[in-house]
Amino acid sequence: MDLLEYIELVINDYTLRTITLGTAILGAVTGMLGSFAVLRKQSLLGDAISHAALPGIALAFLLTGAKESNTLLLGALISGLIGTFWIRGIITKTHLKSDTALGLILSLFFGFGILLLTFIQKQPNANQAGLDKYLFGQAATLVESDVWLMAIVTGLCLIVLLLFWKEFKILLFDKDYANTLGFNTKTIDILITSFIVLAIVLGLQTVGVVLMSAMLLAPAAAARQWTNSLSMMVFLAALFGAFSGVFGTAISATQNNLSTGPVIVIVASVFVIFSFIFSPNRGLLFRQIRFIKNRRDLELHKTLSFMFNIAKTHENISHPHTIKILNNFQGYTKGTLKKLVDKNYVTLNGNMWSLTQEGFETASNLYNQQLKKDE
Amino acid sequence: MSKKTAVQIDDLTVAYNYKPVLWDIDLEIPEGVLMAIVGPNGAGKSTLIKSVLGILKPIAGSVSIYGKSYEKQRSLVAYVPQKGSVDWDFPTTALDVVMMGTYGSLGWVKRPRQKEKKAALEALEQVGMLPFKNRQISQLSGGQQQRIFLARALVQDASIYFMDEPFQGVDATTEIAIINILKALRKANKTVIVVHHDLQTVPEYFDWVTFLNVKKIATGPVKDIFNDDNLTKTYGINYKVSIQK
Repeated sequence: MDLLEYIELVINDYTLRTITLGTAILGAVTGMLGSFAVLRKQSLLGDAISHAALPGIALAFLLTGAKESNTLLLGALISGLIGTFWIRGIITKTHLKSDTALGLILSLFFGFGILLLTFIQKQPNANQAGLDKYLFGQAATLVESDVWLMAIVTGLCLIVLLLFWKEFKILLFDKDYANTLGFNTKTIDILITSFIVLAIVLGLQTVGVVLMSAMLLAPAAAARQWTNSLSMMVFLAALFGAFSGVFGTAISATQNNLSTGPVIVIVASVFVIFSFIFSPNRGLLFRQIRFIKNRRDLELHKTLSFMFNIAKTHENISHPHTIKILNNFQGYTKGTLKKLVDKNYVTLNGNMWSLTQEGFETASNLYNQQLKKDE
Repeated sequence: MSKKTAVQIDDLTVAYNYKPVLWDIDLEIPEGVLMAIVGPNGAGKSTLIKSVLGILKPIAGSVSIYGKSYEKQRSLVAYVPQKGSVDWDFPTTALDVVMMGTYGSLGWVKRPRQKEKKAALEALEQVGMLPFKNRQISQLSGGQQQRIFLARALVQDASIYFMDEPFQGVDATTEIAIINILKALRKANKTVIVVHHDLQTVPEYFDWVTFLNVKKIATGPVKDIFNDDNLTKTYGINYKVSIQK
């Protein structure tokens, strides 16, 4: 199937269209909010919240007997929020570090959730099947109303982000200072955490409890690599998240119906790996290239200054010297000499070299230039 | 004392767990002084500042700024936290950090505009960091980061400045640049309160000093009370510094 055919299919096929839209919107909103979680060093918060939502789903089913997704998600929302505020409580009231608190709540709630799920499975009730789809997600069960709900929450989230942008930024960067300026940081904190919980709960049906945190982290981690501006990072994270959703859905739909959630997560991880390696400033590849280039430049400069020190002992700076004396110098190679000739700093004549006027001036200014660069 | 009182602290007691970090502090800081708070590690110096600023909740006691509660006088007070208290890899620029100093007067929701940007640029100029305004903050040196924090407080255009170890880990050039700004603030009749570690420079930099070690040991003009007796009481050892008076 080629690309055009696929796009046509997305437009015409109700299920595929719904899933594509749903996963794209979900990716965008989790990417946006994930940036905040990552910058607050609360990367695992998403994981804890999604796991904490599981008992809520099971309890909602037990209480109502319904399998209607909105009811179950409401249960997930409530237990997700309870989990989150317990985590906050543990961190502020005890001396435990946040990773310990997150781990505790995650396993406690998840264990309780699994317990309830197995209990439900043993019930003589034909309606129970399918609750375990929330473990790994099942995008195929998305319907139009689910997508609408996601769109509304995303819209709300955008409005709140735009309104309180400066408050969010200062909370993320320097909470104590924000306090002294008169901002109620607790309110801002609760606002942002509530949106994170909401976004995660919305994603449970599609991606599932276990993989949901990747939707929060991967786009944000990838976006961080490309920019040094918070707004750009949030925008890119939303973009990467949305594309992960669209590509993931496409791959899973065309390849023998692979499970959508995991494919989306893998696509998002590919974004991360690509960004880690190829982003221009922070990426490994260009960092390594810059590192090697710097070393070469330094070697070149060292050789030039070595030659400069020899040349300046003569009155005529262009007095020729034998290449042999350069062998005493460690950084010297034939390559560096050739480069110096290319730059017109040095001229060669047989096995003799001499500095040009340009080379002499460059060498005498070398150290000063570096001082300027360091400033 | 004919001067107005800028900060008045009464019976302030702060505890983290069971042990008090600050015990029954009474302190009057007159307007227009450049004051050092000195004391050993764990003496509660940062805690004192944070309690005055409402970041920490005291167990007992009250603080007033020019006779009214801190909450009402917030706009008169600026804060320079310890440099190490934030993540400098945060995706933002020097100018952007300094702009944060204007957020308080803007209040909720309102965005900084041209006027705020101009103020931030002026503050950057004041601390000699204007050429670095668009620099990503992780690419600034420690001294430069400290100057950015100072500029952020200057933008607030406050009357009282609280600074938590502004000289920590900065080079000599930055130290001189910072102290000159502090002295200029004092000249403008601002009150500057600095948590300070280097006892040798106290007489040179400051005109007022508070000795603190959980309790307040002494407070007053440097020339009257910065002596071996108070240093010994504060640091617990027989401290001898040669002080040029």
